[in-house]
Amino acid sequence: MVTEPVLQPALNVDAVSYAYGKVRALDQVSFAVPPARFAVLLGLNGAGKSTLFSLITHLYAAQGGSITIHGADVAKAPGRALAQLGVVFQSRALDVDLTLRQNLIYHAALHGIGGKEAETRACSLLIRVGLEAQIDARVATLSGGQVRRVEIARSLLHRPRLLLLDEPTVGLDVKARADILAHVRVLVAEEGVSVLWATHLFDEISADDHIIALHRGRVVADGAPNAIAARFGATTLQEAFVRATREMAEATP
Amino acid sequence: MSTGAYWICLKGIVWREALRFVHQRERFISALVRPLLWLFVFAAGFRQVLGVSIIPPYETYIPYEVYIAPGLMAMIQLFNGMQSSLTMVYDRETGGMRTLLVSPFPRGFLLSAKLMAGTFVSILQVYAFLVVAWFWEVEAPWYGYLAILPAMLLTGMMLGALGMLISSLVKRLENFAGVMNFVIFPMFFASSALYPLWKMREASPLLYQICALNPFTHATELIRFAFYGKLDLLALGVVAGCTLLFLAAAILAYDPARGLIARRAGG
Repeated sequence: MVTEPVLQPALNVDAVSYAYGKVRALDQVSFAVPPARFAVLLGLNGAGKSTLFSLITHLYAAQGGSITIHGADVAKAPGRALAQLGVVFQSRALDVDLTLRQNLIYHAALHGIGGKEAETRACSLLIRVGLEAQIDARVATLSGGQVRRVEIARSLLHRPRLLLLDEPTVGLDVKARADILAHVRVLVAEEGVSVLWATHLFDEISADDHIIALHRGRVVADGAPNAIAARFGATTLQEAFVRATREMAEATP
Repeated sequence: MSTGAYWICLKGIVWREALRFVHQRERFISALVRPLLWLFVFAAGFRQVLGVSIIPPYETYIPYEVYIAPGLMAMIQLFNGMQSSLTMVYDRETGGMRTLLVSPFPRGFLLSAKLMAGTFVSILQVYAFLVVAWFWEVEAPWYGYLAILPAMLLTGMMLGALGMLISSLVKRLENFAGVMNFVIFPMFFASSALYPLWKMREASPLLYQICALNPFTHATELIRFAFYGKLDLLALGVVAGCTLLFLAAAILAYDPARGLIARRAGG
C-alpha cells in the first residue's frame, strides 16, 4: 500500500454536478475538508446541501466529477469509502419503540460489529454523550436534544474518520443546540475526526472553522471566515455571504 | 468485510425487524385477523356454494376452508411484503432507509437481508394463523408444518422483492392506496387462492390464462403442496424465477447510478 500523504483531505469533492431532469441542483462543485477540521457547509434552503449529502453518502451517484473519502472513491470503492464515513441525517434514523441499546446494536451490526464489541462501544459512546443512564430507555422517552446526541453516538459506532451532519440542530432549543455543537467540536479537537457540518445558521460558526458556502448549486466562497469576509470587503461572514449571493444573482439574470 | 461481518449484519437486520414487529401489536393483530375473517366468514358462506372435487395434492373431498387455507397463508405474506414496502417508502422519508444504505456492505446484500427479515416476520404470522386455523379443523400432517417453512422462505422473498420494487416506484406514501387496488387485489383474486383453476376455466378461458400466469398462483400452489409434504415442481420453478427477477429489478431500482430513487428524489 502507498503511504498516505500527510495532507490528504478527509473529503474531496471534485467538479461534482447533479441535475434532477432539467433542474441543476449542483454545478461543478469542488471543495475539500482538511483532516481533523471542523468544516461548515453553509447554504440557504435549496442551495444543494441535501443533494450533496446524498451523493457523498452514495444514496445516488454524481452525474459528473468525483468524491473521495480519505482517498477512497465513493463511486468506485463504496465499501471502503463508506466504512470511513459517519452520518447524522436531518431526519431521524432511530426506531422510537426500541431502546437506545437495541438501536445502537442494530446500527453496529450494519457495520459488521457484533457481540460484546458492539455492547462495549454502545456503552462507551453513550457515556460520552451523557446518556448512559438511559441505555435501556425507549427512544420515544427522550427529548429532541437527547435524540440528536444518540444519533451522534450512533454515527460514531464504527469509528469513522469523517463525520457528516445535515443541519443537526434543526428543531432544538438554544441550550440543546449549543450542547450538540460543543460535543462535535470536542470530537474534532480530541479525536482528530473531520467534520462537515451543514447549516444555514451563522451563529454556529466559529472563527477557525473552514467555510464552504454553497448557493444555488455552486460554491461561492471557500476558506476561513475572516478571509472570506475580507475578500468581499465585508466585516462579517454573514455580510460577505449576502454580497457573494447578490453578485451571483447579478451575474446570472 | 469478512464472512463473519456479513453474518453479524444479516442477524442485526433480522433481529431489528423482529423487535419492531413485537412492538407493533396492532400490525400483528391485523395480520392475524384478516385471514381469519376470510376463513371464518367467507369460507363458511362459500362452502355451501362451491364444492371442491378431488384435485392434487388432496386425496379426498375437502371442505372449502381447507382449500383456501394455503391461499390465505400466501395472502399473509403478500400483505406483509406490501407492508414492508410501505415501511420502506416511509423509511425513505425519514432516515431509516438512508442509514441502512450508508452501511459499507454491498447494496444488493443489504436489500436481500432486509427482505429476509420481512420474510421471517411473515412466517411468524403464518404460524400464528395456523395455530388458530387448527382449531377450525384446518389440519395437515405434522411434516407439512415443517415442509412449508422452505416454501414460505421462497414465496416470502418473492412477494417481498415485488414490494421492494414497488416501493422504489411509489413516490409518496399517499400513493399507496393504488398499490392495494392494482397489486394486492388483482394478484389475490386472479389466482388459485380462492378457487381451483379448473373452476376458473369453466367461467372464462381468458381469466384462466391470467390466473395461470399470475406468480401468486404459483406461490399459493407451492405452499399448498408443501403443506401436504409434496412438491409442485412447476410452482417451485416459477416462484424461484420470479424471486430472482423481482430481486434483480429491485436492486437495480435502488442502484445509485441507474436507480429510480435518484430521479424521484427531486420531485
